[in-house]
Amino acid sequence: MADEDMLDDEEDIVLSELDDGELVEQMHDDLYNGLKEEIEEGTNILLGRGWSPSKVLDEALVEGMRIVGVDFRDGILFVPEVLMAANAMKGGMFILRPLLAETGAESIGKVVIGTVKGDIHDIGKNLVGMMLEGAGFEVIDIGINNPVEKYLAALEEHQPDILGMSALLTTTMPYMKVVIDTLREQGLRDDFIVLVGGAPLNEEFGEAVGADAYCRDAAVAVETAKTLVAERRQRRAS
Amino acid sequence: MRANTLIIGCGALAHELVAVLKASDWAHVDVDCLPAHWHNTPERIVPGVEAKILAARDRYARIVVAYGDCGTGGALDTMLARHDVERLPGDHCYSFFAGAQVFDALAEAEIGTFYLTDYLAANFERLIMRDLGIREHPELRDLYFGHYTRLLYLVQDDEPSDIGPNRVTGLPGDRMADAEAAARALGLPLVTRFTGLAPFSHALRGIAVVAA
Repeated sequence: MADEDMLDDEEDIVLSELDDGELVEQMHDDLYNGLKEEIEEGTNILLGRGWSPSKVLDEALVEGMRIVGVDFRDGILFVPEVLMAANAMKGGMFILRPLLAETGAESIGKVVIGTVKGDIHDIGKNLVGMMLEGAGFEVIDIGINNPVEKYLAALEEHQPDILGMSALLTTTMPYMKVVIDTLREQGLRDDFIVLVGGAPLNEEFGEAVGADAYCRDAAVAVETAKTLVAERRQRRAS
Repeated sequence: MRANTLIIGCGALAHELVAVLKASDWAHVDVDCLPAHWHNTPERIVPGVEAKILAARDRYARIVVAYGDCGTGGALDTMLARHDVERLPGDHCYSFFAGAQVFDALAEAEIGTFYLTDYLAANFERLIMRDLGIREHPELRDLYFGHYTRLLYLVQDDEPSDIGPNRVTGLPGDRMADAEAAARALGLPLVTRFTGLAPFSHALRGIAVVAA
């Protein structure tokens, strides 16, 4: 089929005329293509058809971002496309968030996440935060350029399961050790799971600074968070 | 004279490397560069540099690398250590041009600084606005740059507004106009600082480019 024919076909798609399965598939495509308005429309259509907010989140949005994550990891998609997809997902989540809160469903864990002192980069952190929220975590994002005092204050206020730290510069990533060492000095280290991430980091670095895990991308961060929270709860229960 | 030393460098440094070699009369040194746009996909840098090292090591008595860490997270240094190859010290090329101490002071003074060099100013539209998707999706600009507070242009050329070929690097065009356009595109105030090539030349000498 010629490209112009395919484009015409895409332009002719009326989301409300698709059945549930087709609509979810189309939303995966629209998420992949970063089409925020289409995602918002699809989200509202599914809710209007009686889908629960969590079902829309899991099957349309989170699954769609999973596909994006796989292609990013495989070098098919690059940062701009991932950001557009994330932006589209944000549109859907903006609609779902208050509805999810209304259902009173408990989160599977709580995360405080922030970029370290001296670092203003937050693209990766924002992606991780969004995917953790999509996976059912409550996420408290304390922003960028966080000195240890700000991390400690957030940990005390919110008592999360997980502290997540992000850095994009080789000059700022050593600060993660400052935060972890401070937790240790104050007898708080074992109270929290510590996850670290960012482009210049690696597994060796994560171990060296005393983190529980290094997460190379948002998908790994979500799986690692789920696993470690479940393990910790099991240990505490026994 | 056959060259006995190879500098493997980032394409963004090509003009300046050639300028320093000419000015220093290092006829014994060859330069081989990798694509500058790998700055946006740094996972390609380590295998690319390693391939060049392996291809060249039988032909040169000495190989050195003109890259910073450039977002490889230490992987470049690990690979270079395996091959006993030195590189210019510093995390980024901005450090080479400004000099390490000056760069560290600039970065500490304002952490929200985005840097330009002559090369990056000349290629800003392609490498940043197009390759980061901002031209196609303007809403991405603030996702990338929303926390930056200034654009700092580190000027190598001593006449950046001269539209003829740069006397030092050979780059044509008005780099200052390019920098001003970049600042407008990013919505950031522009600050300029002249570096020339002296710190870069000093850094190259520092990794002991061996005289013939």
